[in-house]
Amino acid sequence: MAKRKSDVGTLYKGSPGQWSWLLHRITGVAVILFLFAHVVDTAVVGWGPEAYNRVISVYHNWFVQLLELGLVAAVLYHAINGLKIMLFDFWPASARHMKPIALASTGIFVLAMIPITIIMANGILESAGVIS
Amino acid sequence: MAVQAPERRPPSSQGGFQGLRGRERPTGGFELWSWLFMRISGLVLLILAVGHVLIMHVLDDGVQRVNFGFVATRWQNPFWRTWDWALLVLALIHGINGLRVIVQDYVKWPGLRFAVDMAFYITGFALFVLGTVVVFTFDPSQWPGTT
Repeated sequence: MAKRKSDVGTLYKGSPGQWSWLLHRITGVAVILFLFAHVVDTAVVGWGPEAYNRVISVYHNWFVQLLELGLVAAVLYHAINGLKIMLFDFWPASARHMKPIALASTGIFVLAMIPITIIMANGILESAGVIS
Repeated sequence: MAVQAPERRPPSSQGGFQGLRGRERPTGGFELWSWLFMRISGLVLLILAVGHVLIMHVLDDGVQRVNFGFVATRWQNPFWRTWDWALLVLALIHGINGLRVIVQDYVKWPGLRFAVDMAFYITGFALFVLGTVVVFTFDPSQWPGTT
């Protein structure tokens, strides 16, 4: 693909789906690394209420809840983008409409994140003591 | 075992999406099964993982309401124990296979690649054992009055 003038000095390398490919990797790695920690913190439930409630109280900290919002976004993005990948893989004709489908999957993600962010922001602000 | 995996790249601007050929995919062997597994487990995880995240982290006060009593009550129902165990197993295999694919792209030296892969496999297996034991042996009656 010939380089257009507007491509010079941008990060866009001309491959369709470059950004969603990268985001799919980043969100996937983020989720599996969190899962490593999450299996351990949940396993503490086997050591009784005192130990488990101490560990789980970490998740009631407002900053950790901010990270938690990121985790929910990562899982949701990876899931919706994964569906898009499967659509292209199992129904190759759909790749002809790659742009609108990519736009739709991003749109679904953004639309879903709006109520989720509002709901979770409430909890974050509560934990931070901004609202009661 | 030591099959030379083809190098993976971002979707190519030359072929990939043009015409009806669709995206590149492995043509056979272990990599084809891995490709298929990622898609099938992905579909199941769409329910298990997204459902888990919405139930535990978003709805009904999210993680704020989670404590020992909450888990003890929840795991009285075998449905949730099964859900959580299936999620544990599928997410670990799906995630660690994903890491293996990424390692193929960025770790070129075979010795180091083997070491990094092994570190992930061992971590994954240890967490599988830990999670499985806890999900199926957890018995809150050891701590009366907590549910």
